Amino acid sequence: MNDVTLTINGKPVSGVTEPRVTLLDFLRDVAGLKGTHAGCEHGVCGACTVLIDGTAVRSCLMLAVQAEGEDIITIEGIGGSGARAGELGVIQDAFCETHGLQCGYCTPGMILAAEALLSVNTDPTEHEVREAISGNICRCTGYVQIVDAILLAAKRLGQRNDAAPSDANLVWGLNS
Amino acid sequence: MTEQKYKFLSTPRRPVEDRRFVAGRGKFIADLDRPNMLHVAPLASHYAAAVINGIDASAALAMPGVVDVITGAELAAAVQPLMNGLNTPNVRRFPLAVDRVRYAGEWVCAVVAESRALAEDALEKIIVDATPQPFILDAEAALLDTSAPVHPEHGSNLLLDRKFVWGPVDDDFDAAAHSLSFSVTWGRNSTVPIETFGVLAEWNGWDQMLDIWASIQMPKYADQIARSLDLPGNAIRVHYDVDVGGSYGVKRGIKHSVLVGYIARKLGCSVRLIEDRLENMRAGDAHGPERKFDITIAFDQDGTVRSMKMRALDNAGAYAGRAPFQLGKPISAIVGPYQINSVAYHALSVTTNKTVQEAVRGFGQAPTNYAIETAMDRVAEYLGMDRLALRQKNLIRKDQFPYLIPSGSYYDSGDYHAVVDKVLTAADYPAMLAERDRLRDAGMMAGIGIAACLEPSGGNSSFEPLLNQSNQTSTWMESCQVNIDALGKVTARIHTTSSGQGHETLVSTVLGEVMQIDPELIRITRPNSLESLPGNSPVGSRMAIMLGGAAARAGEKLKAKIMAIAAHRLGVAIDELRYEGGDVLANDGRRLAWDEMVELAHRQYHNLPDGMDPGLASFDIMQVPTGDALPVDDKVQMYPCYSFEFHLLLVSFDPIIGRPDIHSYFIGHDCGTVINPAIVSGMTYGGIAHGIGAALFEEFAYDTNGQLLTQSFLDYLMPSSHEVPAIQIVKHCTPSPHTVFGQKGSGESGYLGAPAAVSGAINDAVSGLGIHFEKLPIRMSAISDAIAAKTS
Repeated sequence: MNDVTLTINGKPVSGVTEPRVTLLDFLRDVAGLKGTHAGCEHGVCGACTVLIDGTAVRSCLMLAVQAEGEDIITIEGIGGSGARAGELGVIQDAFCETHGLQCGYCTPGMILAAEALLSVNTDPTEHEVREAISGNICRCTGYVQIVDAILLAAKRLGQRNDAAPSDANLVWGLNS
Repeated sequence: MTEQKYKFLSTPRRPVEDRRFVAGRGKFIADLDRPNMLHVAPLASHYAAAVINGIDASAALAMPGVVDVITGAELAAAVQPLMNGLNTPNVRRFPLAVDRVRYAGEWVCAVVAESRALAEDALEKIIVDATPQPFILDAEAALLDTSAPVHPEHGSNLLLDRKFVWGPVDDDFDAAAHSLSFSVTWGRNSTVPIETFGVLAEWNGWDQMLDIWASIQMPKYADQIARSLDLPGNAIRVHYDVDVGGSYGVKRGIKHSVLVGYIARKLGCSVRLIEDRLENMRAGDAHGPERKFDITIAFDQDGTVRSMKMRALDNAGAYAGRAPFQLGKPISAIVGPYQINSVAYHALSVTTNKTVQEAVRGFGQAPTNYAIETAMDRVAEYLGMDRLALRQKNLIRKDQFPYLIPSGSYYDSGDYHAVVDKVLTAADYPAMLAERDRLRDAGMMAGIGIAACLEPSGGNSSFEPLLNQSNQTSTWMESCQVNIDALGKVTARIHTTSSGQGHETLVSTVLGEVMQIDPELIRITRPNSLESLPGNSPVGSRMAIMLGGAAARAGEKLKAKIMAIAAHRLGVAIDELRYEGGDVLANDGRRLAWDEMVELAHRQYHNLPDGMDPGLASFDIMQVPTGDALPVDDKVQMYPCYSFEFHLLLVSFDPIIGRPDIHSYFIGHDCGTVINPAIVSGMTYGGIAHGIGAALFEEFAYDTNGQLLTQSFLDYLMPSSHEVPAIQIVKHCTPSPHTVFGQKGSGESGYLGAPAAVSGAINDAVSGLGIHFEKLPIRMSAISDAIAAKTS
């Protein structure tokens, strides 16, 4: 068993885990964050996507012990929490606006992939949006309304008064 | 400016479910933990067929954390076989293999342990002594007398062999100027949700209750568990407040559920089984149809299609599952949207040593539509006639509805020609043709795909009595309960799980429309099965019609009660009152506000009409419209509503590489009155994406040893955002006369015609080379190989 300490959604988290436990299972079973989903567990579908230092990463392909000391954002870190639960981030709100989801299973990964894109590209083309989510499989939507959602979110973020988002500022609910 | 017909219906409104999902707060089966919960891992067969001589689990049982190992022999002695709906008593199916395995991956036994990881570790210690047996993979070969039956006790591989003749087929063939024959094959694929199937069972001996949480989409689920476990129906409590991570038909893990239900009861514990991806692909028993069509079609020189003979041979896999009945649903739209006067249909289903099928989006209709649309393309090619003109000539006309098809169903309504015209205009069809020719001149292979088809909707089980005459089921209901609490707020209960179809939005929108209340203020709950009214879950594109219908009718009942209370209170006849925005207005100008009527109903029994019960609650159990008869002479009205779709797309590919690139995709869609536009559009886009997968990429492929080759997402390829183009939906609305608002179904839209349309486009692209692709999926390699063979 190994001790693992990392930062999840801005808070330090420690746990004891077997070396073979993936970051995905650690997040779900040790940290109790169930919003990160297992789809294929071999790195294709993207349902388990999280952000590590702002980069979209498949948590099923990384061991928890490899994430020691890393700064991780999961879907629970997007939008409001605690007393502010129910407050949507801009990208989440755009997904609701265009109905960029159906069953909701791939959605956390999609939204984090979108966060990763918009943190480095504030005015993406449709092709760039499709490229950014091409590692996330959705069986419900045919991607059309997901692409619409991300383009809408980019537009809205561009219209904000404050500067373009970067890195941890993406955690709207924690910092706003 | 015309007055808007509806206040909430058909207007752009956010689906209410979306909020919890974008926050990662859905409640999926793998998110549920119970105290001291045990975990299950099944051991998969290495062989496509083998006799099990013995299982030595002693080393596994000796491992720390391992609680039990369940074998098929133990299970067969304790539970009833799983139901299949056919009269095939010797094709018995249990959750674990009994005495012999019948496909590679089939569950031989199951380890119960304190964690899934420990259970998987223990699998490696189990020794199975098995003797390989002859096996069969091909459906035509399975029909031969010389082939070993997958179930020796059954005597053959034949599960279903039904011949239907509807109308004067021989006369029509004699009278027709031409006929042609061809074969096409629909490859084995499925919906493959991103969430695998999972189920959690918990036995409480003090209550004698088995609680079940599952990612389920299945009619009669609780009943089937009770039957298999020999438990009273009211000892099974299925919790419907579980979010299902995609299903599209297949989330029916009855074998998983009976297995964990048995384990929970045996050990008096909570136990959970979540498939991993490998288990899901090879032994989730959730493959879709694998079907060969042999078609002969009779037509005149002017393109009039008179008659069709169709033989459909389906490869069911190792057990009956739902495979045979997926040959039944297409009977309800066996002529597609065309005026074809007569049909001979030969439906065959055989067992082979492949994974078991489950119901897949469209329940067999998409393969049949692919066969019919291929026939239309072949007739046009034979006559040298334009494919579009041929379809327009044969489409049922608006003035012919309700239209009786040879197999006994009336199509309710439609305006197919208008939809086609709208799409041609939206797509600028002449420009699309010019672009295709420009691409061809530039050295590319380019083709246009055209497909017209129907979505039978309002699902019932009419195919069961049609294919199995001992089945006398005509009832197929859905229900809704509505309560107005003492503070005047509305809560509705629905009695099934949901897998992305937006049922909470559906019910709140419909109730809001009927009761003229903001849908945002209506709460929807999903109680467990013991607190529920009867229902049959979202199958056959039925919930807008059935759940929407039941919700509307329950709302109307409440409105009627409110009107009666108001009439009594105001001392006037009901017909002197009108309902307006929740209040009741009398002709003389007096008004009773919503809150006043809630007060009367909840607190002032003395002011209620004589004999009226207090409170404001109602429910409705609605039978499927038109579903009032069993088949007579092999004919029956199968579905109440028929949605129409017309696909048009342009594809090109490099002749050497053969990778199809979809330039533009248009679909004309008429599903009657739309409840929520974003939901209907989303289902249609998603259906097309799924159809592109079926046409070009997705197949459960087996090697000659009966091993599944495509058992991960690295091999079983699903369309990504690169493969699915921007799609333009062209909307049209022909209301159904059979439903409360004129709505029809849309849950299978897009998927029903996209495979045919994409196939048509690829075939158009290679038409100059005399190539016909006769099997789906049409992979890149098949395209480039076929072109190389013709041109080298």
